Amino acid sequence: MDHVVKIKKGLDIQLQGIPSPRISEVPNSQLYAIIPDDFVGLTPKITVKPGDKVLAGTPIMHDKSHVDVTIVSPISGEITAIERGERRKVMKITIKPDSTQQSVEFGKLDLDSMNGDEVKALLLKSGTFAFIKQRPYDIVANPDTTPRDIFVTAFDSAPLAPDYSFVLKEEMQHFETGLKALSKLTPGKVYVGVSAKQPIEVKNGTAVIFDGPHPAGNVGVQINHIAPINKGETVWTMNALDLLFIGRLFDKSAVDFSRIIAVTGSEINTPHYVRSHVGASMLSVTHGLVKPAEYEQRYISGNVLTGTNAGANGYLGAVHSQVTVIPEGNNCNEFLGWASLNPHKYSMSHSYFSWLMGKKRQYAIDARVRGGERAIIMSDEYDRVFPMDIYPEYLIKAILAFDIDKMESLGIYEIAPEDFALCEFVDTSKLELQKIVRNGLDRLMKEMN
Amino acid sequence: MKALKNYIDKIKPHFEPGGKLSMFQSVFEGFESFLFVPNTTSRSGVHIHDSIDSKRTMTVVIVALLPALLFGMYNVGYQHYVSIGELAQTSFWSIFLFGFLAVLPKIVVAYVVGLGIEFTAAQIRHHEIQEGFLVSGMLIPMIVPVDTPLWMIAVATAFAVIFAKEVFGGTGMNIFNIALVTRAFLFFAYPSKMSGDSVFIRTGDTFGLGAGTVVEGFSGATPLGQAATHTGGGLLQLTDTLGNPLSLSDMFFGLIPGSIGETSTLAILIGGAILLLTGIASWRVMLSVFAGGIVMSLICNWFANPDIYPAAQLSPLSQICLGGFAFAAVFMATDPVTGARTNTGKYIFGFLIGVLAILIRVFNSGYPEGAMLAVLLMNAFAPLIDYFVVEANIRRRLKRAKNLTK
Repeated sequence: MDHVVKIKKGLDIQLQGIPSPRISEVPNSQLYAIIPDDFVGLTPKITVKPGDKVLAGTPIMHDKSHVDVTIVSPISGEITAIERGERRKVMKITIKPDSTQQSVEFGKLDLDSMNGDEVKALLLKSGTFAFIKQRPYDIVANPDTTPRDIFVTAFDSAPLAPDYSFVLKEEMQHFETGLKALSKLTPGKVYVGVSAKQPIEVKNGTAVIFDGPHPAGNVGVQINHIAPINKGETVWTMNALDLLFIGRLFDKSAVDFSRIIAVTGSEINTPHYVRSHVGASMLSVTHGLVKPAEYEQRYISGNVLTGTNAGANGYLGAVHSQVTVIPEGNNCNEFLGWASLNPHKYSMSHSYFSWLMGKKRQYAIDARVRGGERAIIMSDEYDRVFPMDIYPEYLIKAILAFDIDKMESLGIYEIAPEDFALCEFVDTSKLELQKIVRNGLDRLMKEMN
Repeated sequence: MKALKNYIDKIKPHFEPGGKLSMFQSVFEGFESFLFVPNTTSRSGVHIHDSIDSKRTMTVVIVALLPALLFGMYNVGYQHYVSIGELAQTSFWSIFLFGFLAVLPKIVVAYVVGLGIEFTAAQIRHHEIQEGFLVSGMLIPMIVPVDTPLWMIAVATAFAVIFAKEVFGGTGMNIFNIALVTRAFLFFAYPSKMSGDSVFIRTGDTFGLGAGTVVEGFSGATPLGQAATHTGGGLLQLTDTLGNPLSLSDMFFGLIPGSIGETSTLAILIGGAILLLTGIASWRVMLSVFAGGIVMSLICNWFANPDIYPAAQLSPLSQICLGGFAFAAVFMATDPVTGARTNTGKYIFGFLIGVLAILIRVFNSGYPEGAMLAVLLMNAFAPLIDYFVVEANIRRRLKRAKNLTK
C-alpha cells in the first residue's frame, strides 16, 4: 500500500447536502423495478410475464447477444408489469414484493476450490455478472473475453457521493470475498483504487492509493494512471459497492441485493444513509427526508454528474448507491444573469465571484443549463478537469466527425462517458458531452464488431 | 422584471415558426436570452452546470477592454488639443468629450454593420445569435487611426464578418481573428488612410467641437512611424508631436499618437490583469508573446545594423510599449478560437507572435505595425502547431501498445 498516485486536475464541486455517517431504516418499497437501460450495452430479452412469481435471484431477462448474461429479480414477489416505450423498448419491469422473501439457493459454495470458469458460470447464473463492465466501450462485460486486468474502484469522488470506507465497514468480509472471486477471472491483476482520504484495507487485490479531486474515483482515470488500455486489450471494471453482491453470493450461497444508499442534495433534510435495496422506489428511499417545496424538485438516482433523472415516482437505478435531490430551477427567471456580481453563483472559472467565497463554501445548484449551446470556443477548459494523458477536446471532435482512426489514436478505448462529466459541467459552450461520447462508443462498437 | 417577463412571454408566439414575425426569431431569442437567463433545465448528462456561458465570457472581455478604450478616448482629445495648442485652457471633461465624440461613431458603425450581418446569418441558419462579435465590434474601433472614415470601417467590417467568419460557420469556427482581418483589409485596401503622419491625430473639429489651427512645429507621426522613416543613420530619438523627446514612461502611460486603443500600455495591462484574474485569457499565450518580443528585440539590439534598420535601436521595453504590441499580446493573441488550443502549443504560438512582430517592425519599414500582422500570420499556423502537439500524444500511445507486443 505504498503506491500513491496524485491527481492534480479535476474539480470538487462543493454542494449542499453531504450525507452524515449515520444509517437509518426506511419503509420497504411497495414496488421494485429493474430498468434494462442501467445495464449499458445489453439488449434485453424478457423471460418473465406479468403474474409470474419470482424469487430473489430468479432470472427475469438476458442479453440477446450473450444468452448467459442474465439479470435476476432483486427480491421475491410477483411481476406486475413490463412497461414498454417507443418501438416497444422495455423501459422497466416492476415487481411487487411478497411477505416471505425467499431466495434462489445456490448450494454450498467453496470459492477456494472453484476455478475461473466455475466462478464465471455462477456469476452469470446469479445475475451478478451484469454488474461487471468492460473497457473499451464501457458496457456490460462480454463473458467470452478474458480481461487483461480487473479494476475495482473503492471510492467515489463525485459530488456528495457516499463514503465507501463508511459503507463498506460492516461488509469488509464480503468485499474481500468478492475480490478473491474476481482474481479467478483474469490472468492479470485485480487492482483496487483506494482514496487517500477514505482509506480501506485491501488484502485480496493490489491497492493503489489515489489522492486528488474528482474524477480521481472514476475507474477510467485510475486505469489511465495504473496501466492504460491499448488497442486490442480488454479490461473489466467494477464498483466496490457492486462487488459486495458477488462477495455476499459466495459467503451466503444466495443473492443479496440490499444496498446502503446515501440520500443527498440541497433538497434533503438531514442527509444521511438509509438501508434499501436495488430497484426500490425513490419515494421509499427518500421517505420523510425531502424538504417540502412549492417549486419543482429533481430526483436523481446517482450523483449530479452522471446520475439519471428518475423523477419522484421513479426507481433507484441498479448501479446507484446514491440519491440526490436538487431544485429543478425552471421557475427562476434571472434578469441579466450574465452580468451578475452575485458571489453565490457557482463557477469554476473566476469570471463569477464565487471563488472569493473560499473553497469550503457549499452551494445549492439547480438543474438549469444556464446558457445556450455554442461551438467550442474556450480552450484548456476540458483539460483542466480531465486527468488523463488524452486531449479531450480533440477526442470529442474526432467523435463528432466519427473519424475512427483519429478516435482510436486519441484514446477512445480508454474512456467512458462519465470521464467527460466534469468537462460537461464546466463547458462554456454547454455541449452534451456525455451523450456525444456514449453515442460515439455505441457507433464505434457497431462498426468494429 | 415580472412585467417585462410577462410581456416577452406574451409576444413570443409571434416569433415562433408560423407566427407573423417568425423571420426575426433569432433576433427575438437573442434579446430574450440577453434579458433573462433561459430557464431550460438539463435533459441529458450532467444535472448541474457551471454558471459561465459565452455571454459571460464575452462580457468579461469587454470589461477588460474598457480601460484601454476610455484612455484611448481621452488620448484622442488630448492629442487634438496639443495639436491646436489649447491643451492648457481645456478641461479634462472637454478633452474626454472630444475623444468620446470622435470614437463613438466608429463603435456604433462597427456594431451596427457587424451585428446586422450576424443577426441575418443566425436567422438564415436558424441558430441562436452568438456573442463573438460583441468583442470583435469593440476591438475594431480600437485598432484603427482616429481619422479612419466611417464608410471604410463599415466596408472592412462587413468584409471580415462575411468572409472571415460567417463563411466558416460563425463564432468558434473562424480561422482568423475578425478584428484583425478588418484591420488588415483596411491596411491593404486603403493604405494612405492607415499610416502616415496625418491620420493618427484629429486636427480638425469633431461635430463642431475643438476647432482651431495646428500649432507650428507639429508633426503627427507616431513613434514607430518616426522609426520607420528615420534616415541617414545616427541615433534614433523618438519625439512627441511637438518635438520633445519621448521617455519610456511616456510610452508606457500612452499620451502619444497611435491607434485609438493601443497607445497606453498601462491601460492594456489593467485589461490583461482582468482577463488573467478571471481566467478568460491564457497566461501562457500572453507571457510568451512578451517573451518572444523581448528576445527578438535583444537580438535586433545586438546584431542588426542600426543605420539600415533604425528601429533595431529601440530597447526591448520601448518595443513592447510602442505600437500595437501590448494590445496584440493581451487582446488579439489570446483569442482562443484562432490561437493554439493545446497548452504546449500556446507557448510556441505566443513566442512566435512576439518574435515575428518585432521582426516585421524592424526589418520591414513599410509595415511599422508588425504586431497585428504577426498575430494574423500565426493564426494560420496555430492548427499546425496543435497538430504536432497532439501527434506527440498519439505517438506516445502507439509506442505504449508496441512495447507491449514485444
